[in-house]
Amino acid sequence: MIINHPLLGPRDSAEFTYMGDAKLIDRPDWQAPEALAQFIDYGYMRDNPDGAHRELWYHEQGDRSFLVVTRDTTTHEIFAVELARDVARSRGQSR
Amino acid sequence: MRYSALRVIKEALTGHKGWTPAWRDVAPQAHYDYIVIGGGGHGLATAYYLARDHGAKKVAVLEKGWIGGGNVGRNTTIIRSNYLLDGNEPFYEHSLKLWEGLEQDLNYNAMVSQRGILNLIHSDAQRDAFTRRGNAMILNGADADLLSTQTIQKRYPFINVDNARFPIKGGLAQHRGGTVRHDAVAWGYARAADQLGVDIIQNCEVTGFRIQGGTCLGVETSRGYIAGGKIAACVAGSSGRLMSKAGMRLPIESHVLQAFVSEGLKPVLPGVITFGAGHFYCSQSDKGGLVFGGDIDGYNSYAQRGNLPVVEDVCEGAMAIFPMLGRVRLLRMWGGIMDMSMDGSPIIDRTHIDGLYFNGGWCYGGFKATPASGWCYAHLLARDTPHEFAKAYRFDRFEKGQMIDEKGVGNNPQLH
Repeated sequence: MIINHPLLGPRDSAEFTYMGDAKLIDRPDWQAPEALAQFIDYGYMRDNPDGAHRELWYHEQGDRSFLVVTRDTTTHEIFAVELARDVARSRGQSR
Repeated sequence: MRYSALRVIKEALTGHKGWTPAWRDVAPQAHYDYIVIGGGGHGLATAYYLARDHGAKKVAVLEKGWIGGGNVGRNTTIIRSNYLLDGNEPFYEHSLKLWEGLEQDLNYNAMVSQRGILNLIHSDAQRDAFTRRGNAMILNGADADLLSTQTIQKRYPFINVDNARFPIKGGLAQHRGGTVRHDAVAWGYARAADQLGVDIIQNCEVTGFRIQGGTCLGVETSRGYIAGGKIAACVAGSSGRLMSKAGMRLPIESHVLQAFVSEGLKPVLPGVITFGAGHFYCSQSDKGGLVFGGDIDGYNSYAQRGNLPVVEDVCEGAMAIFPMLGRVRLLRMWGGIMDMSMDGSPIIDRTHIDGLYFNGGWCYGGFKATPASGWCYAHLLARDTPHEFAKAYRFDRFEKGQMIDEKGVGNNPQLH
């Protein structure tokens, strides 16, 4: 697979380490009253869809950025690649 | 029809006109006591043990394609019970014992071959870990044998024990391990279940569940609605897909695992050998092809094909221990979809929906578990209590902190 890195252009997926569902960006607040249930869900449960899946790829053998890749799990076709930093900031996180 | 040598001779002399289909082709009835979703090894074994040991009368196995067309037809056929943890080892040892008597039970030649499995050791720390695992196996009634480098060299003269990066320092052998003809497992269970009255319904895809008031009443299928007393999902590889129709999320990611077969060779590789430094394992089929595999590709996938970096990684592992394979040509490679659970261990449990049961999360170790999985799942379905050997395979083990992670590395959907 070729991942079209927003900063570096097309890169071989072998340069990346797969980190799982992009929902892992949304780490629960440990002080929330529902924190225990939220962390169980965060740590263990997955949507695991067939079809479009937003997921984290870490450019370990490259610029060490995290990317959010939208990819079809039935065809491996990649629809969109974003910097995870931008995604996190767009959700109101500081970084 | 009972299969026997006498029968083969008789049929040979009479033009093979007496053979009958190994199982009936039936249309679904309106209601079953038990509906097993998934006509793979585990599903067919479940139906067989339900009918044989629990007196279940109205049992159906629903299969979306043809039976044995999923992961039971796509694996590398290895059987073993070399696990460390108490949650796993008794279960897998029970499975190995069932394999040992399988062909007599089913009256079907599944080509169970206990040619032994050898896990290679490359460091002192690994020797400690494997010694511990061997002791755990022996404590659970399995067999384990720690081999020295000299013994390995003598038994397998083609192994490179002096690899500069990964020298071989010994090995943990389980001589009762081996290989089985994988398709024959599905066919044998199907035939035996059919003879006990189980309806095997192929080309019947479950498209939805009918759930009312927290109870599962039946399944919508491509061949109409079928009501069921107890619905048993058994579709490892497609678990995420199927259970989402019941509104369930699982502690599972679906990943693709590739496997490989070389061109046919004369006998060169006795037994199953696994590389302990990378991820590579290999055996030789009775047809002569080397059957081997390695790691999952490592990203969520429902596509039954993988990518080339893993192929390269697996072949490098092969070359590290078997330099003799350098000129062997690859005949085939394929991918299968694995239910990768969060601790590398399976789930055989009730769901929060009454009447709906789940068997899945087999990571890439489901084939060897086939008989015990069916055995324990049938027990759970018939009696509503987990079988002694499968009581650790619960859904709630994650939230309760009772994960069964053989490697002790915490939750990660890439273990096995």
